Amino acid sequence: MSVLYEFVYHYNYLITIFLMVAGLYIVIAHGNMIKKLVGLALFQTSVYLLYISPGKIIGGTPPILDPAFSVYSNPLPHVLILTAIVVGVATLALGLALVVRIYEAYGTVEEDEIFSKDGEI
Amino acid sequence: MEAFVNAVLLTLLAVVTVAVIRQRSMFGVVILAGIYSFLMASVMVALDAVDVAMTEASVGAGISTIVFLATLHLTNTRENPRPRNVMLPLFVSGVVGAALIWGTFTLPPFGIADAPIHMHTVPHYLQQSIRETGVPNVVTAVLADYRSFDTLGEVTVIFTGGIGVMLLLKGRRRRQDRNGGISGT
Amino acid sequence: MKLDVILRIGVKLILPFLLLFAFYVHFHGEYGPGGGFQAGVMSAAMVILYGLIFGIDAAKRVVPQRFVELLIPIGVLLYVAAGIPAFFEGHRFLDYGVLSDDAVQGRVLGVLIIETGVLITVAGAMTAIFYAFAERGRG
Repeated sequence: MSVLYEFVYHYNYLITIFLMVAGLYIVIAHGNMIKKLVGLALFQTSVYLLYISPGKIIGGTPPILDPAFSVYSNPLPHVLILTAIVVGVATLALGLALVVRIYEAYGTVEEDEIFSKDGEI
Repeated sequence: MEAFVNAVLLTLLAVVTVAVIRQRSMFGVVILAGIYSFLMASVMVALDAVDVAMTEASVGAGISTIVFLATLHLTNTRENPRPRNVMLPLFVSGVVGAALIWGTFTLPPFGIADAPIHMHTVPHYLQQSIRETGVPNVVTAVLADYRSFDTLGEVTVIFTGGIGVMLLLKGRRRRQDRNGGISGT
Repeated sequence: MKLDVILRIGVKLILPFLLLFAFYVHFHGEYGPGGGFQAGVMSAAMVILYGLIFGIDAAKRVVPQRFVELLIPIGVLLYVAAGIPAFFEGHRFLDYGVLSDDAVQGRVLGVLIIETGVLITVAGAMTAIFYAFAERGRG
């Protein structure tokens, strides 16, 4: 049991950092703007995981008070991440609206083609 | 059992992320992002964050997917070309990842009850919230009562986002720039 | 065309339960998981689903664009209005205890009012975003 627990404890943080780095790679390496925004959404979601994992208590329950339970998981990260999720979707919608306008102005959503078109003008 | 479920869900998350990186069809990327959001919501339930799981499932897998699909339709994007130089982004990502993994060595073990995160203001919220606010759901009590000023800021951000999208996309599409549209082939 | 019929009838069956579930999640946000944000997104999802299946014109007949644009600031105003009465009693902004004679009941009432404000703004903003993207594509 404790071997599995140790593995899961390291694994949790490892996967979180892998997701973060994968999101960062997508934002840096790909030129398509919509794919960059997908990578940004992946990055944000991995940060949510990074905040919520330390709040869990093994043997605890969700933080809804009830006389039958005494150990609750930490509710404070949940509050912060609720705000972060909704703010994230608002900025994602704004970013995609900007991508639509860029497409209408330049005719493409590829970064390199936009830079070369800007160089001509 | 809980640890096993956790490990399986996290592995699926990593697999879906690798698929998002390698996938070249944009429609596939958007659908995979929706699958990723659902898996993330399941991981949140396994970590006892039920409010967050409901929000992530509805917002991440619902609204995000709709807005991405609408953008794909409006920009006629079908495929994205292969990234050209991958060495520098891979190197930067590797360095950042190594630094972050080195940083997690000093974090407290996962799941113990006396980590510093549980020590300072949280016992007050857990013990006093039913007596002071009358709301059993501690997350709602903290979000809407103890820290409601932050929630006011959040509602203002949603307001700004809605107004901003309406300003950017009001009116019909202009016809002159639709010719050089299809990219990537 | 057969698949079209299945979608239309299935969606017509689901939509009332979607709205009902959204309001259930909203009013039970104090006793279980939920609250204003989740309920607002589900209400917007109802309108978006209707618009996807039956066309954007049918959706605009049911929920007009003007109404949706009006909803967005009304939620924020409702939120701020729940915090203003505290000024008249000498307390700080957003002290809900003054909304009723019993302080704890006042706080419960305050939480309900601001969650309703959040629901209105979130539902309005998500629907407005969908309408904006859909209208752009019809030009």
